[in-house]
Amino acid sequence: MMRPRVLIPVALGTNRDADLADAFRLAGADPESVPIAALRAGDRQMEDYQILAVPGGFSYGDALGAGRLLGLDLMGWFGDQLAAAAASGKPIFGVCNGFQALVRAGLLPGDGTATLTENGSDRFECRWVAMQPNPASVWTAELTEPLRCPVAHGEGQFVSADLGRIEKRNGVVLRYLGGGYPANPNGSVGDVAGVTDPTGMILGLMPHPENHIHDWQDPLRGRAPSGNCLPLFQAGVRAA
Amino acid sequence: METYEFVVGPGHMDRTALAQAALFDLPVDRLTRFQLVHVKGNLGPAALEQLATSFCIDPVHGWWEPAHDGVRARGSNGAVQLETGLRPGVTDREGAELVRAAADAGLSIEAATIGTRWIVQGALSDAELESLADRVLHNEVIQRWAIGRLEPSFVGELGAAPATETVVVRGLSPQELAGVNRARRLGLDPEEMDVISAHFESLGRDPTDAEIETLAQTWSEHCAHKTFRARIEVTEADGTNSEIDGLMKTYLRAATDEIDAPWVRSAFVDNAGIVAFDNEFDLALKAETHNHPSALEPFGGANTGVGGVVRDILGVSAKPISVSDILCFGPEDTEPRAVPDGVLHPRRIRDGVIAGIGDYGNKIGVPNIAGAVLHDPRYTTTPLVFAGCIGLLPTGSNPTTPAAGDAIVVLGGAVGRDGVGGATFSSQTMGVETAEVAGSSVQIGDPIVEKGLIDVVTAARDAGLYSAITDCGAGGLSSAVGEMAEELGARVDLELVPRKYSGLAPWEVWLSEAQERMVVATPDPAPLAALAARWGVDAAVIGQFTGDGRLLVTDGSETVIDIDCSFLHDGRPTRQMKATVVAHEPPPTTEPIHDGVNDLLKLLAHPSIRSNEDVVRTFDHEIMGGTVVRPYGGVEGDGPADGTTQIPPGTSSGWAMTIGIGVNALIGDLDSYAMAWHVIDEAVRNAVLGGADPDQISLLDNFAWGKPTNPETLGQLVAACRGCYDAALHFNAPFVSGKDSLYNEFVHHDGTPDPVAPTLVITAVGIVRNPAAVPLTGVVKPGNDVWLIGSEAGALGGSHFEEIRRDLEHGQAGPVPEPHTDALSTHRAVAELIASGVVESAHDVSEGGIAVAAAEWAFAGRVGLNLDVAGDARSLFGEGAARYLLEVAPDNASQLTRIPEARRIGSTTEGESVALGHFTVPLSDIEAAFRGHIS
Repeated sequence: MMRPRVLIPVALGTNRDADLADAFRLAGADPESVPIAALRAGDRQMEDYQILAVPGGFSYGDALGAGRLLGLDLMGWFGDQLAAAAASGKPIFGVCNGFQALVRAGLLPGDGTATLTENGSDRFECRWVAMQPNPASVWTAELTEPLRCPVAHGEGQFVSADLGRIEKRNGVVLRYLGGGYPANPNGSVGDVAGVTDPTGMILGLMPHPENHIHDWQDPLRGRAPSGNCLPLFQAGVRAA
Repeated sequence: METYEFVVGPGHMDRTALAQAALFDLPVDRLTRFQLVHVKGNLGPAALEQLATSFCIDPVHGWWEPAHDGVRARGSNGAVQLETGLRPGVTDREGAELVRAAADAGLSIEAATIGTRWIVQGALSDAELESLADRVLHNEVIQRWAIGRLEPSFVGELGAAPATETVVVRGLSPQELAGVNRARRLGLDPEEMDVISAHFESLGRDPTDAEIETLAQTWSEHCAHKTFRARIEVTEADGTNSEIDGLMKTYLRAATDEIDAPWVRSAFVDNAGIVAFDNEFDLALKAETHNHPSALEPFGGANTGVGGVVRDILGVSAKPISVSDILCFGPEDTEPRAVPDGVLHPRRIRDGVIAGIGDYGNKIGVPNIAGAVLHDPRYTTTPLVFAGCIGLLPTGSNPTTPAAGDAIVVLGGAVGRDGVGGATFSSQTMGVETAEVAGSSVQIGDPIVEKGLIDVVTAARDAGLYSAITDCGAGGLSSAVGEMAEELGARVDLELVPRKYSGLAPWEVWLSEAQERMVVATPDPAPLAALAARWGVDAAVIGQFTGDGRLLVTDGSETVIDIDCSFLHDGRPTRQMKATVVAHEPPPTTEPIHDGVNDLLKLLAHPSIRSNEDVVRTFDHEIMGGTVVRPYGGVEGDGPADGTTQIPPGTSSGWAMTIGIGVNALIGDLDSYAMAWHVIDEAVRNAVLGGADPDQISLLDNFAWGKPTNPETLGQLVAACRGCYDAALHFNAPFVSGKDSLYNEFVHHDGTPDPVAPTLVITAVGIVRNPAAVPLTGVVKPGNDVWLIGSEAGALGGSHFEEIRRDLEHGQAGPVPEPHTDALSTHRAVAELIASGVVESAHDVSEGGIAVAAAEWAFAGRVGLNLDVAGDARSLFGEGAARYLLEVAPDNASQLTRIPEARRIGSTTEGESVALGHFTVPLSDIEAAFRGHIS
């Protein structure tokens, strides 16, 4: 079987693209990190890829708000390619800064407005969290057990006036487990860690599942059930 | 061209600033900050609306409005408005991105800067408001402020560039030469001024400003390590005299040469040391100090400290894979009035330094996996910031030989006035006025540019696109090109150097430091330029290596520098210094009393022992996905680990590397020789618990000392270097790189010197061949045996117990920990146990002795302990070398009984407390104390 190709756009300041590529590679895909300049010049086209995965980092130094300028890239000169990808049912993934960019670009939650703002603790938080999945997206369709992985962000508090509507369609596909800080590390309303759009093809989340794809990465190895996040990537790859 | 000003909401309550205001007793009730945008351009109302709504406000809950001049904003009762902004020329990534994004959208703006509007609520007098602005809300070094409205100000109005000047040094009296030295803040010794004067006398001309500044930078303590290379006349403790021909050569390099370790690829010659990792890769190791800048501008100083050490690693063609930080501050609760003018309060330094390290490390995407935070009153006026970095490179992939004819290419950020004179500045003591004159020596980093540089340099290395590389550190192009041209000579045209703005004098362009700039030599610049363009990094050819042995720098057609490379690099006279080694009479020993439970809780809450998890969690220690042991672990992730361990990304051997850190603020003054042994042992011990093979450890040394021109201070440094030599030979662990920071001494208004605590930081880096066997952090389960490895009684002199029991007569605590001259066999025994897989968890016995180690360990695992420990203070709280606590299943006891220094001292229990012979402490009390709460 052909390994699906994953386009990972890299802006100045993106820094978790290699981690994301590792996860997709291990899940059976063929990822490629492509600088924004090369995408913009037309050296690479989304139509040649089966998955779009927007990585974490500090695109453009988080200037003017995390993910804002990358979101403008996605909406602006890349908007047509992105719309075509979404229309043809290609799985789309955004993690941390990539999630912020997809939200800024209006792709998530897709049927309402939302924002990711400064953490409730007022500071950058790097710690492991547990998340309960629900199967309403292609990425989480077969997951039942909690996932565990690190968060590393300063602006991850999910805020939305449309949360009721998103919840009604099961759009909150990943929720922080345990309740309260620090289990919910950023104070997100409804313990929202990740959301999908109404089609279930686009997943955005703040935590970094790409950093828990090997059991040796787990600080609780031997002390808690696995929580390995590789199945998330495998599901997306299968859906491509 | 019009100027526009607008404010972006919603406002943000700033709790950090509010807490700092409370520290100064300023009656502030609320502090809210808004983004303040200043724009220069031609925008109609619709375009301005588009600029603000598209780029500046949050689409869900944001708003914007034009900024008015009023001193009140948004109708808050009695609120005062205060605005702060960056000085023109200070790195302003956000403003630059706004200009770029606006241009993309077809909006014509020429410049933009992003500042802050503060709304201050509280009954503050004018003086208190000023104090709030000065001490909390802004830093004079990089920012401007105003009550009400801050007048917009943009870069680009610096006027014409000053011409190159001649500096008269010939035919001057010693006093006149000293005057030149002082006026230009060259920081040179009188003997060096004499040599320069004589050299130019022989040339029949005076030097240009660029020439004398280049000499001052190249010959600075920072670049030339004059003290570590000086000839020292030593008066020994027994009154005899001896002579040392360079501390570096005699002790540090000598240890490395004598050990002659097969895994060392390169030591002391480049920007970083290089050691073997596995069959394919090497590790590059470096640790730096950034003390002086961090004292003045904590955020920028620490920020560029990380940037600088990362760039050092890049300077040996390695990809940075981890950073570390050791921070030494004054006590957080220092009485604000006790902090002298010209010094920032420890709390503000701490907040700024931590934010600066997090900002840089997180943004370049390199995990921060190791560190320590110490607090001591002797760090109040001279805080210390040590930043380390480890890089990975394929074995043998660091080209170091430029050829005549190679182009000189600058990669990275453009040159500005910030960062001029960093090397000479950091080689001098600080005083009350330093803050005023040193402004241009402190920079704000640009991690996003450095991230791009990392990508470009590693890709260029893999493609073989350069023949040599070095970083543009302190001294800027002068040191980078100067070092690379040492053998060949070079010709540079400063007109080709990219600049942030006009108006820079040629010598400023030549000397300006930036973290985000590298210099490479290449026979063919075209492919390198194409690669850099792909990653959005600037590349410029500025000259050529010549082969004629001269350094010729022009600014267009004007000659700025024309000197002989051999004079620049070898012309400096060897410094002659005097040192006095003071004898340490062991103080009389009596049996100190202790108050078991309360002393244990006080120790757990000691500012250098208690949890720093709140700091560590603001640093990304997970990125790259290689982290195996984190700084905090255990079942709740809040227990302190020992060595921290990482599998380098991109390697396939399955091996890991581990970092152990040793540092102590208390022993140095009592016996710096013993301190060296003590911290080397601690670093090795931590590395062993991170899984290291104790027979393949490499060391980094970082000295932070006072003024070496004081013979007793230098005597302490001599003793510390001797300790380093002896301990390194004992452990068979070579030094591969190091950095000294001297002159860490604040001079008060009345002339009283206030030197730093003599501090030696040792970083031990080890190789882990079986990461799966590395013990977990925190006790794992009840029913296991607890083994103490090493002696039960420790020393109390220079211990943390002695510090919390200030009611003790000093002498009663007795001597400091003796060098343990058979420590290596203990470390080997523990490493073998770990490798064999029988160690379920472990903790090292260090600050606070067995009692503190047991408490931390039990708390981390949320498992109780029942230990049989003698009830005297030395057994409970004594500190010393080569001691561990291990958790081992009872079935495996036979593995330990063959180790001479092992003794079973108890077991892990179901109970939620730690029993230590005569007293028992609940885990909940341990947790509260460890988090700094003590009843």
